[in-house]
Amino acid sequence: MSAFTGLLRKEWLHILRDRRTLFVVIFMPILQVVLFGYAIRTDISGIRLAFVDPSPDASSIELRNRFAATDAFRLVRVLPNAGTLDRLFASGAIQQAVILDDDFANRLARGLPARVLVVADASEPNSGSAMQSYAVAVIQGFQRELAARGGGVQIFAESRMRFNPTQASSNLFVPGLIAFVLTIISALMTAISLTREKETGTMEILLVSPLKPLEIIVGKVLAYVVIGFVSVLLVVAEARLVFSVPLRGSLLLLLGEGLLYILTSLSLGILISSRTSSQRVAMIGALAGTMLPTILLSGFIFPIESMPWPLRLIANIVPAKWFVIIARGVMLKGVGLDYLWRETLILLVMTTLLVAAATRSFRIRLA
Amino acid sequence: MTGKPSSVAIEAHELTRNFGSFTAVDHITFDVGVGEVFGFLGANGAGKTTAIRILTGLLAPTSGTARVAGHDVYTESERIKRRIGYMSQKFSLYEDLTVGENIRLYGGIYDLTREQVRERAASMLARLGLEQAVGTQVRALPLGWRQKLAFSVALLHAPSIVFLDEPTSGVDPITRRQFWELIYEAAARDTTVFVTTHYMDEAEYCDRISIMVSGRIEALGTPAELKERFGVGTIDELFVRLARPTAGATS
Repeated sequence: MSAFTGLLRKEWLHILRDRRTLFVVIFMPILQVVLFGYAIRTDISGIRLAFVDPSPDASSIELRNRFAATDAFRLVRVLPNAGTLDRLFASGAIQQAVILDDDFANRLARGLPARVLVVADASEPNSGSAMQSYAVAVIQGFQRELAARGGGVQIFAESRMRFNPTQASSNLFVPGLIAFVLTIISALMTAISLTREKETGTMEILLVSPLKPLEIIVGKVLAYVVIGFVSVLLVVAEARLVFSVPLRGSLLLLLGEGLLYILTSLSLGILISSRTSSQRVAMIGALAGTMLPTILLSGFIFPIESMPWPLRLIANIVPAKWFVIIARGVMLKGVGLDYLWRETLILLVMTTLLVAAATRSFRIRLA
Repeated sequence: MTGKPSSVAIEAHELTRNFGSFTAVDHITFDVGVGEVFGFLGANGAGKTTAIRILTGLLAPTSGTARVAGHDVYTESERIKRRIGYMSQKFSLYEDLTVGENIRLYGGIYDLTREQVRERAASMLARLGLEQAVGTQVRALPLGWRQKLAFSVALLHAPSIVFLDEPTSGVDPITRRQFWELIYEAAARDTTVFVTTHYMDEAEYCDRISIMVSGRIEALGTPAELKERFGVGTIDELFVRLARPTAGATS
């Protein structure tokens, strides 16, 4: 019976005995995927719409009226050309534009396929994709009716996002969610479990024992590394099965980068626990010091590009920002280290500094 | 119970520890014999905890020398750690683990073999009358039992010295009495007991005591000697007089 494996075993017993925490840790990520996937995509009404119709005729007006008649849309402009759209989008006067081809009516009349372009302000990714699907639904309804009347007419609805063109769908939240989950499990749980040992006095016993400080720390955190890994796999699998979020790059690279990020968060958790002696303070510290920055400043929910410059600057020291970029790159763009080496390097430097600081803080507590 | 120790378990000479400009432990000199029950008294903040941390190898002294179980506190803290046991006022057991799991964990930490752990656990639980509780989580045990169990677990690896930091705080008088019986049993097996306490009646149970005031040892000897030397009726009286020098005459 080795001292170290005994320590590992003990930590698992703690976790397995604390059913409530275990339940939260396993099910929270799964629940959050569902929350972010469905609940946050709220119903949208009163979308400010511009309708660009270069050559109005009966059929194009009918399409326009269909939009005007839908609760979801509020027709604020009818324009002869697309020239002023940029300004209208930038000022926020419109959120979406439906642009008909020059010869839209003409082609329809001759029974030829016609084109419609739908552009949406996607600076808020979830509402952007929702608006697009609403507009496309209206156009498809119109097309079905045309087909029933004359038959054979096709409308190509082409959709384009403004301000956030790479955004394919609400896929963006999954990489952020992975960062969030890893932060909770690694930083929060580590801080709490280390502080608990201080609070109950068992940490003293471990320190007085022949165990090396490194063994104590590794013995405590290894369980959370494993749980973190399992959660990442769960979230990736669920996102893929339920929301068809792709994993285009290598899973191995994603897990490797995940491990790096887990180390960063663990070090933060250890640092927090070294400054506190009660579980409650540790929890608040971990929430304020790791979870809030991960939610607010990582680009997980709110795009960093649209933040004022002081926040953009602060976001650079939030490890989650870099991990979110990496995870999005691997999952959504399928790129490898050749594209992500810079972000990986930044994360690596951060991790090295934090691990060093955590080791030092633990040693200071010994002295 | 009293008398000069035949061989030495702990020896400290001019042991000092500074934190910046603050001197927590100020040139203390004492020794503790093998099998002795040594009471280490002092008010809160007198420097007891710092002294214990030095002696248990958690903290390096600033100056002076000390040997614990024959090992130097500067260079051999790893060896010291294998030879000592430790129990704090906070119970030192994992409440969400069962009695058996706690015992196996500590046995493992001190590199005992499976057989050793099994044998010692069996005899220990028999002695405490806790055989039925081996599968019970510690949190479900009454306070007094937990304390006795924690003490026995601290002795599982047969240390030559056991440090007890206020082991009986918050325990009822009967349990305290039983706890001291365990202490005497350990001492009878030649385990040196180094104990801090706030209960002055417990101080009377010790072979010898020292009283620390502001980092210094102001009194050292058997309870009977000290009462005679300072002309007081109880250790309690002596303690109050030393801890508040203005209240009475000190020599």
